[in-house]
Amino acid sequence: MSSPTEGPANTGSFVTEEALRRLKKRHGAEARFKLYGQLAIGIAIVALVTLLISIFGQASSAFSRHVLSYDLNIEASYVDPDGTRDPDEIARNVSGFNLMLQDQLADEFLPEDADRNVQRELYGMFTRLAVLPIARATADSPETIGSEQIFNVALADDIDLFLKGGVSARKSIEIGEVAAGEGAIESGVTLTLASQDATEKLGATLTELTRTDVDNAPAVALIKAGNTWYRLEGSEDRNLSLTYLAGPRMLPSNGAATEALVLAQSQENRTVTDRQIAWTEILRAQGRIKSKINTTLFTNSDSTYPELAGTAAAIVGSLLTMLVTALLAIPVGIFAAVYLEEFAPKNKLTSLIEVNINNLAAVPSIVFGLLGAAVFINFMGLPRSVPLVGGLVLGLLVLPTVIIASRAALTAVPPSIRTAALGVGASKTQSVFHHVLPLAAPGIMTGAIIGMARALGETAPLLLIGMVAFVAEVPDGPMDESTVLPVLIYKWSTGAERAWEPQTAAAIIVLLVFLVLMNLIAIILRRRFERRW
Amino acid sequence: MDGNMEHFTQTKSSARADAASAPIKVDCQNIDVYYGDKQAIEDISLEIEDRSVTAFIGPSGCGKSTFLRCINRMNDTIESAKVTGKIFMDGANINDPSIDPVLLRSRVGMVFQKPNPFPKSIYDNIAYGPRIHGLASGKAEMDEVVENSLRKAGLWEEVKDRLPAPGTGLSGGQQQRLCIARAIAVSPEVILMDEPCSALDPIATAKIEELIDELRERYCIVIVTHSMQQAARVSQKTAFFHLGKLIEYGDTERIFTNPEHGRTQDYITGRFG
Repeated sequence: MSSPTEGPANTGSFVTEEALRRLKKRHGAEARFKLYGQLAIGIAIVALVTLLISIFGQASSAFSRHVLSYDLNIEASYVDPDGTRDPDEIARNVSGFNLMLQDQLADEFLPEDADRNVQRELYGMFTRLAVLPIARATADSPETIGSEQIFNVALADDIDLFLKGGVSARKSIEIGEVAAGEGAIESGVTLTLASQDATEKLGATLTELTRTDVDNAPAVALIKAGNTWYRLEGSEDRNLSLTYLAGPRMLPSNGAATEALVLAQSQENRTVTDRQIAWTEILRAQGRIKSKINTTLFTNSDSTYPELAGTAAAIVGSLLTMLVTALLAIPVGIFAAVYLEEFAPKNKLTSLIEVNINNLAAVPSIVFGLLGAAVFINFMGLPRSVPLVGGLVLGLLVLPTVIIASRAALTAVPPSIRTAALGVGASKTQSVFHHVLPLAAPGIMTGAIIGMARALGETAPLLLIGMVAFVAEVPDGPMDESTVLPVLIYKWSTGAERAWEPQTAAAIIVLLVFLVLMNLIAIILRRRFERRW
Repeated sequence: MDGNMEHFTQTKSSARADAASAPIKVDCQNIDVYYGDKQAIEDISLEIEDRSVTAFIGPSGCGKSTFLRCINRMNDTIESAKVTGKIFMDGANINDPSIDPVLLRSRVGMVFQKPNPFPKSIYDNIAYGPRIHGLASGKAEMDEVVENSLRKAGLWEEVKDRLPAPGTGLSGGQQQRLCIARAIAVSPEVILMDEPCSALDPIATAKIEELIDELRERYCIVIVTHSMQQAARVSQKTAFFHLGKLIEYGDTERIFTNPEHGRTQDYITGRFG
């Protein structure tokens, strides 16, 4: 008797339990690998976004800068004591301008008999070189001497940082009206607040801002009554004992509004003193402090003062260096690749050269710096710190990258194109330059741009050939002392002052913008070429 | 060049009268080809007639393509290849070191197995050869060369309206005819075709074969083919290669109807290959 169940076990259906199990395993493996891929991309994106956010967050404060708009009386006795009206003489007389600014500031803010330390605090709100633009402007138009001119004077980096919310954690509160003011400006003032609530609020804010991680570091409060600023020394009930800091030298009048600026750190622990804060607040209340776009970042060269430091010299230095690098690496790299790929006989010597080129691409960049120092500076006697030497070193550094990428692009051109050209009687050179090279151009250009981008970001080899030198002027040419952006970033990042931090981030953004621009140019050029062929 | 052509036309008309005494265009004597240590061609001597189609047949790897490439010295481009022996073309030994392969290739055009137009416009594909050889002065003359070449290759009517379009955008058969036109454009005397129809469909193949038949009136054509029917259809002479040796060479009709060698018989009847 025959039944339909007889015959091979899998007849009529391939969906056996075994097959289903295998299928499930396969689907599982596929899903897993997909997940790994997505995870990898996710990690890469998170890392990139974090990097960009942190850099832009830090740099944001460097793109604006606070200046004091100041009515400066250009007095001849300071700026041109000899009466020559010689522009060069005036421009050079920075200390005269500085003294003039200091004396006029002292006239406005300090009593006649002010302490030297207090004077220094006031002068410390501006850097010595803040008068440089004033000196230049006066030198350009000497007729302004003897008149009053409004200038924007750059505030010191610490004051700028304070205005941007840095320096110390703080909180500003209103504490009602003055009930009574007693004592003397010189020896100490006792102020009685009108409301008990306000007193408690002040106490609570002081406790709130006191840092718990540091012992004996209670928060401090600066009190503003009317337009005068005091420091809170102690309090008892509604009576606050105060020390005069700045503003009109008079006792708090009854009914005047009071404010308290509570700071987490006392002045021993911060870079801006209580008195400087008081002056800053007074100037701000007068509307004389303005926030301006920090063009110095792009127009100035390096400086020891972060508020005056800019990237101009480094940008020009980088451009000059890249120019030399491109002139060396791209033609040499392409011709080397063309020769190796199209013309060189395949023998032991060429394979040795090939192996060495591949190895050179992996040599640490600092080694190229040593080579540059030894060959270009010591042996050939080229000057240190110049873009020419930097460009040559970076050119050698990226040469292997350019050669490898160009060779890969040449290999990718189908051999049928070469034989077609030879078949109609083109010479080897004609077949390469008329057909193969144009077809490989997009790939070659990608390689060249990748190499140039690497060179643009390179720091180590340039340190060894002296491009870390302090360069205060925009270089005129490839034989002029210069520095480059990544070296500038490295130098700024090692600066001790807090203000270097946003400055460094800003310089990083400048470098990134350059890289993006280069890549953009590469993409555009590549599109052009691809369309033509 | 024109005078030269005229001279050839005359000899041709006399050759047509008596096929047996057709002039010899290429005379190969004792050709050996080595790829490194491996010998690909062993002592082949062969005379190729002008204004006729000579077909090379044989199983894969028998050396027929290698031998074809000797005629325009394409083997020079392969580093490990070494060619010995003499090939006379119009009395001059083209294997002589004094002969420049670049000049030789302008006289011996080649069409390859896979259509390989340049990734340029149809016009530039044709114009490239005449341009590098300086065969046309001025735009008008070049236009004429391009038109003539395309007409001879039977492609003019199909592409005359889109000469600036890329050559790679044509169909496979059209691309191959473009390659033939490109070879014709430099006014060669010999055209080598290395399996020109192997990548084409039967209709495109028929067109190419028709074209070969027309071109025979002006050129000496050598064609390597895997298709015995094709060899029988287009060629006047057939050479059968096997394992790097020339087994048999003679009139196509005789080779296909009455081969002298057993191996030729076996191959054309499909017993091996």
